[in-house]
Amino acid sequence: MTEPLLKLDDLHKSFGALKATDGVSLTLRPGEIHALIGPNGAGKSTLIQQIAGGLRSDSGTVHFAGHDVTALSTVARARAGLGRTFQISSLAMEYTVLQNAVLGALGQEGRVMRFFRPVMKDAALLEKAKAALERVGLMEQAAKRTADLSHGQRRQLEVAVALTLSPRVFLMDEPMAGLGASGSKRLTGFLEGLRAEAPILLVEHDMDAVFALADRISVLVYGQIIATGTAEEIRRNPDVREAYLGAEDAA
Amino acid sequence: MRREALLNLVLFALLPATALIALALDEPFIITLATKAAILAVAGVGLNIALGLGGLVSFGHAAFFGLGGYAMGILASHAQSYVPLMESPFLIEGTKSMLVIWCVAIVTSALAALAIGALSLRTTGVYFIMITLAFGQMLYYFAISWPAYGGEDGLSIYVRNGFPGLNTLDPIQFFAITFCVLALVLFGAGRLARSPFGLALSATRQNAVRVETVGLAPYRLRLVAFVISGAVTGLAGALFADLNRFVSPTMFSWQTSGEIMVFVILGGVGRLFGPVAGAALFILLEHVLGGLSDYWHVYLGVLLLLVVLFARGGMIGTLAGREVAHD
Amino acid sequence: MSTILLIEQVLNGLQSGVMLFLMAAGLTLIFGVMGLINLAHGSLYMIGAFAAAAVAGATGSFVLALIAALAAAAAAGALVELLVIRRLYDRDHLDQVLATFALILIFSEGTRFVFGSFPLFLDVPAALSGPITLPGGIQYPLYRLVIIAVGLAVAAGLFLLIARTRIGIQIRAGEADREMIAALGIDIGRLYTLVFALGAALAGLAGALVGAIQSVQVGMGEPVLILAFVVIVIGGIGSIKGALIGALLVGLTDTLGGVLLPVLFSSFMDASVATSVGSSLASMSIYILMAGVLLFKPTGLFGEA
Repeated sequence: MTEPLLKLDDLHKSFGALKATDGVSLTLRPGEIHALIGPNGAGKSTLIQQIAGGLRSDSGTVHFAGHDVTALSTVARARAGLGRTFQISSLAMEYTVLQNAVLGALGQEGRVMRFFRPVMKDAALLEKAKAALERVGLMEQAAKRTADLSHGQRRQLEVAVALTLSPRVFLMDEPMAGLGASGSKRLTGFLEGLRAEAPILLVEHDMDAVFALADRISVLVYGQIIATGTAEEIRRNPDVREAYLGAEDAA
Repeated sequence: MRREALLNLVLFALLPATALIALALDEPFIITLATKAAILAVAGVGLNIALGLGGLVSFGHAAFFGLGGYAMGILASHAQSYVPLMESPFLIEGTKSMLVIWCVAIVTSALAALAIGALSLRTTGVYFIMITLAFGQMLYYFAISWPAYGGEDGLSIYVRNGFPGLNTLDPIQFFAITFCVLALVLFGAGRLARSPFGLALSATRQNAVRVETVGLAPYRLRLVAFVISGAVTGLAGALFADLNRFVSPTMFSWQTSGEIMVFVILGGVGRLFGPVAGAALFILLEHVLGGLSDYWHVYLGVLLLLVVLFARGGMIGTLAGREVAHD
Repeated sequence: MSTILLIEQVLNGLQSGVMLFLMAAGLTLIFGVMGLINLAHGSLYMIGAFAAAAVAGATGSFVLALIAALAAAAAAGALVELLVIRRLYDRDHLDQVLATFALILIFSEGTRFVFGSFPLFLDVPAALSGPITLPGGIQYPLYRLVIIAVGLAVAAGLFLLIARTRIGIQIRAGEADREMIAALGIDIGRLYTLVFALGAALAGLAGALVGAIQSVQVGMGEPVLILAFVVIVIGGIGSIKGALIGALLVGLTDTLGGVLLPVLFSSFMDASVATSVGSSLASMSIYILMAGVLLFKPTGLFGEA
């Protein structure tokens, strides 16, 4: 089996008495879409923070492309190739779509301490930025102010910026959130095509998208992964049914 | 031409036009006012790099203004008394050359900004405002207590410093020098705002998490901005001291920090020519209103309050509308 | 430096500390409950002092003067809150700093317009003007001791208010979660005006009390304001306990430093230089203390992380 690009080993994180992450282990293999699902309050946000670098785990390790990144900051992990999108769009709202994309390209290139040349005329950065915008279908809105974009368009921009990083792994936090039926369909199709470039750890609530896309699904309940498997295996798993439907079954 | 660009052109021409008209009318005092406006504008452009571009509310920028002023004061006073600053381990004599003084002012302020910034930028929000204020106050009290350079009474420099080839005592020539400095600083600041660094810094102001996620470090960006900002404000301080031929601890006071912030806000924070508009407006108010009433600060206060509450973009924001994205 | 002198200076430090506490408590409450940074607090201190001086001058009664100070400062505070401060709660810190800085300009020049540029005089009431003999044979001005007592009484009163009364609960809840208390049906507007007026009254009281031992003049509030900010940063913004401890710390450092450092320096410098260097270094030391605290505890000694 090929080396997984992302490996979480027995991660723990507690806030006082609350065990938000209670021994989570997970792998992400090249070319796969691995979905992480779970009821509300399961600890998905905390886990994402631990993977992306915003939260220091109490114990356990995070290995990314073979390196131990457990002690590294968000910035360092981004530089190592972790491309993240946010559940609530996190973009520079005053900037145009193109400027946000160029920012991403600039981050990937890394030579930010340049004080003189106009950045929006930098051919290399523009090329990367525009390529990413083309791929997500936002080129027409390139000159639009991010604050003026629709919700769906902002999600697209988030993905575009992640693309400019040429990431080795995508960490996507509920990309379908707030999209209508057609928007979700489009994004699902897009993500399907994206997996070849870099595997995706997809945290999602939208079950249609999850079952359509995921090669493997892990179910997070009360900070623990109670099951990992293919869509079929998960559908049939009694523990999962109980976690999601438990109250109804009992009733 | 875009409204803002047109407005900038007008503002740019305003000061030299005023100076030249004053020259023609033989009103050297007006030339001096224009010079003062130009110098305060330089200080404002400096602050604007940290405040407008970087979103860093530094309430202690007078620290750099004062350091630049005292750099000038100390070097010039040693030159005029013919006593060297230091004799061992190596000889440092005073100087009355503007160019040398400016270099010293810039380097000193930059180093101070590096030290102050490195510590202060570990805090955020109100704490950052307070700690920058504190550093300004520290320097203020230090200047008051250091007897060698006048202490509370300040230090007078009898003759204006020299610039090769020019008679710096001639108001119009000194104006020309300061205006050229302003022009250079504006050019630099403009390029900075459009540079990769500027893009990243402004993004940090809008959304620091986004910047981290693309792999850039907000702390480092902010620190560099703070250093550049401090250096420019320091240069303004040296010029200001030269204009008045006097330097005193007031240059370090928090009221001075507040005033510099006021011109930047009145003109339009984050706009390149904001400080020019703000400084010109401030000088106008000071001399026109000040001539009419001893209590003109009340009007300044009311104006500032109205701008903050209702006209956030300042003069340029109100006249030229929302900022257009660069290119 | 004799022990007697030292004890006197410690008492002076305590006195200066409790007055700082009155300023700092108001500031920290306003920030904790409303999230507002208020530079105009020094002006409220000044208004209290001027009101006291004016009323004392007109009636000769110190008690009336104090009441006037509380009333004038509270009224000014309430007025300012309703007209200006209200619009700033949702704004960012820069806007709050600038708007309240504008208020300082307006208040200072306004006061100068009404009362002129020369300082007013407020006399220590005759009954409290002599020295009192403390255990150990130390003579100390009675008035200053009274100030310390008043300050500590106010501190106790504040702690009781916050811990035991309904308003106190609303204040504590407001500090914890502003949106929640609005959702619970508490009249936020009234609460905020009350808190602001309370903070203003405390500042006005401090101004009046100190006005009797220093002069009453325009601009007297700003140095105290800056120190009060240092106090709440050291103590932790939003914490009354932190404000008290921070204020005593700063008051003692300032006073003792101002006295001890020149003594230290005069051993190798001549006296007049030693005094100015020493007292300025003492002023700097407060800021160094603050910077030090922030570097180890970026939210102050008792602030929330």
